[in-house]
Amino acid sequence: MQRFAALLDRLSFEPRRSAKLALMADYFRSESDPARGLALAALTGGLSFRHAKPAMLRALVAERVDPHLFELSYDFVGDLSETIALIWPAAEGGEIAPPELPEVVQRLQQAGRGEAPGMIAGWLDALDETGRWALLKLVTGGLRVGVSARLAKTAVAALGPLQADDIEQVWHGMSPPYDGLFAWALGEGEPPQTDDPVPFRPAMLAHPLEPRDIEALDTADFAAEWKWDGIRVQAAASKGQDGRLRRRLYSRTGDDISAAFPDLVETLDFDAALDGELLVVIDGIAQSFNALQQRLNRKTVSAKLMRELPAAIRAYDLLALGGEDLRERPFRERRALLERFLGQLDHPRIDLSPLVPSPDWEALAKAREAPADHHEGEDAAAIEGLMLKRWDAAYVPGRPKGQWYKWKRDPFRVDAVLMYAQRGHGKRSSYYSDYTFGVWREGEEGAELVPVGKAYFGFTDEELLEIDRFVRQNTINRFGPVREVRHEPQAGLVIEVAFEGLNRPPRHKSGLAMRFPRVARLRWDKPPAEADRIETLLALLPQDEVSAAT
Amino acid sequence: MREASSSAGTAGGDVLTLTAEGLYCPAGGFHIDPVRPVERALVTHGHADHARPGNGAVLASRETLDIMAIRYGEDFAGRRQQARPGEVLRIGEVRVSFHPAGHVLGSMQVRIETAQGMRTVVSGDYKRQADPTCAPFELLACEVFVTEATFGLPVFRHPPAAEEIGKLLKSLSLFPERTHLVGAYSLGKAQRVIAELRAAGYGRTIYLHGALERLCAYYQAQGIDLGSLEPVGRQAKELAGEIVLCPPGQLADRWARRFGDPVTAVASGWVRVRARARQRGAELPLVISDHADWDGLRETVAQTGAGEIWVTHGAEDALVHWCRQQGLAARPLNLLGYGDEGDAAEPAGKGKAAETAAGIGSET
Ligand SMILES: [Zn+2]
Ligand SMILES: [Zn+2]
Repeated sequence: MQRFAALLDRLSFEPRRSAKLALMADYFRSESDPARGLALAALTGGLSFRHAKPAMLRALVAERVDPHLFELSYDFVGDLSETIALIWPAAEGGEIAPPELPEVVQRLQQAGRGEAPGMIAGWLDALDETGRWALLKLVTGGLRVGVSARLAKTAVAALGPLQADDIEQVWHGMSPPYDGLFAWALGEGEPPQTDDPVPFRPAMLAHPLEPRDIEALDTADFAAEWKWDGIRVQAAASKGQDGRLRRRLYSRTGDDISAAFPDLVETLDFDAALDGELLVVIDGIAQSFNALQQRLNRKTVSAKLMRELPAAIRAYDLLALGGEDLRERPFRERRALLERFLGQLDHPRIDLSPLVPSPDWEALAKAREAPADHHEGEDAAAIEGLMLKRWDAAYVPGRPKGQWYKWKRDPFRVDAVLMYAQRGHGKRSSYYSDYTFGVWREGEEGAELVPVGKAYFGFTDEELLEIDRFVRQNTINRFGPVREVRHEPQAGLVIEVAFEGLNRPPRHKSGLAMRFPRVARLRWDKPPAEADRIETLLALLPQDEVSAAT
Repeated sequence: MREASSSAGTAGGDVLTLTAEGLYCPAGGFHIDPVRPVERALVTHGHADHARPGNGAVLASRETLDIMAIRYGEDFAGRRQQARPGEVLRIGEVRVSFHPAGHVLGSMQVRIETAQGMRTVVSGDYKRQADPTCAPFELLACEVFVTEATFGLPVFRHPPAAEEIGKLLKSLSLFPERTHLVGAYSLGKAQRVIAELRAAGYGRTIYLHGALERLCAYYQAQGIDLGSLEPVGRQAKELAGEIVLCPPGQLADRWARRFGDPVTAVASGWVRVRARARQRGAELPLVISDHADWDGLRETVAQTGAGEIWVTHGAEDALVHWCRQQGLAARPLNLLGYGDEGDAAEPAGKGKAAETAAGIGSET
């Protein structure tokens, strides 16, 4: 437990992705099984404990600490787990051996409601400040040390010759403490045998279409599809060795989001893996992203919400069918199989994302400008551009060059990272409602965020509350009314910013100024590392736009 | 600032009162650590929130007088008088003596004894942890104890400094290609971090920001072994893998950029609290403090045997609450001007940071 605590402690202060990887790799290399597997489970959100709730922890500390002193301390520290960790009085009667991580996980998972408080109190007595903090973060389930599941898996891969996608392949077939995973990653053992019939298949991603691509590429080599304004998902169903059907819905990054969409997942009665867009579809019409957003990031979902905002998939690729992996096959074949498969399936919540005729760039440009004129359905409002996929491209994880392109309808949209927030005026004066955001550029010391604009509208009241809460919980600096918030590759808030134009003012840090920037959407699903780069903005400068249209 | 009359009616109030300038002893005609220039000042130690220039006369330890001269110039006061540890001086109607506080080099507590034999001790800043760079805290029995409470909340329990130094050395082995930049106050903290590194067996040259050079040289001149030290000067990337000390305000300054991608450590009691550590830009917080922690404060209050406790310089409420629970008469002084390090709303790299950058930081 103490080594795990030391790891969490360092991670929580370390902003650099490379250093976080080094810290995790160092821990995984020097720690043994099953502790390191359980640590990995904790870092990837794979552990939960039913009985450890804030109210129970408050009650525990109330038994040991004067209430007035506790409140003064909590006021000062601001975080409940941390306050308890720091204020917990030293145990009477000398040192107790601190618990090991496996003991904590195992005993607490088996504990009944009545046993958990005594168990946690005993461990708090045995641990030091950092150990207590880590224990409380662990059992309450919010590590918040700026490590995504993907980054933790990348650290495992970094132990040896593997890639993170190799880990993803076996990931969902394993469970904590991931027996054999570390030996394999270290090159000391065989790949873990998983009998998971529905593994996550790492996603193939697109590059933004640049003006120079238009000059260089022939539309005849590409299939064109609409780019839908939902979230990318993978829907997989297949029978395991026991004959039972397994169904899973994955996000683009491999998170299992099945629990939030039981209405959809329970209807996946097939043996295949689909790649498609998750949308709220009402009467056959795909709704805006705002509708879908209300269903994201939920552990459970009410019947009412499922009724009012029914989820559906608009499929555009087929990765496996009848137990056969199709990813090596060209897109042309996969698309034909997908059309046939969906035709036979005749599923009320899964439809086919139609192709857009692409005789030449001019036709595509027109379709992109005015989807409503080129899309037969009534949901052109949910189209945010075009996707171009090379007909003969295999399905390759990551972002291979020259295979897939995205050509967004509104060119003036970027995914930017919130850097500073300032209190608003008037009735908003108690909220942080003015946002300075930035995009990545290559600095002397690697990627760094450079502020490119400010936005102070475009969000809903509910989103304002969410951002305000985020700002308060992630402040790293204060400058009078302005707060600097965490903005690291793996920790921070990505905002999709829409704007009307871009120019180069004579004096601006990045040499860019946006016209009419506004918050189009909050991308809680996106790690800051995946926000846009300055090059994306530079490509939008007026002279480039001229060449893009021709 | 409270009126002088607010201290009437207590035992301590007969000896010390509060004035706009700070604690005042009418029977002796002197202030202790005045925040504005006064005729006669007794100064506990050299930190800028306690030792200020412009007083008519200053009585302090030899080291504190030296430090004030280093920081403010030889003319920092009209007259200066050296207080030898333990030596009893008669000032007006009271007897005064200085005793080590264990805070920084030359730091003292002030004991005042009236003709009736009532003893009041003003702690100044103090700590109970061992510190290789200064004389240890001397416990003084008294009737009235005026204690600091910079870390007067039960969340502050300082770990052994050696443990924290261990974290720094472990990071150095994990990231041997990166400069380890340690933010530490120029008086006391910087020298203690260096001495603790030496005690842990770290023998390499340690590099110093310019603002730390003079006080480190002074410590060495006083016979405190800090090993091999060298100014950073124009060196930059060639200090990869080395330990560099600077005032905390410099961590976020342009100056720090020369090291490329340093590991940023901050040595301070405040970094025990994560939000505070982040505010200070700490990637590697080192909980090393020159103040008594919560346990140290309570232990000391109890050991002095004092029945009346005045609490100043920090989180007064919690310690006053605790004292009253112990049946002690306790009052918060709410003196202004001390230990403004506790103010969370302070931007890094502004105001205060500029002050510390100039080498007159006030932890502390
Ligand atoms: Zn001090
Ligand atoms: Zn002080």
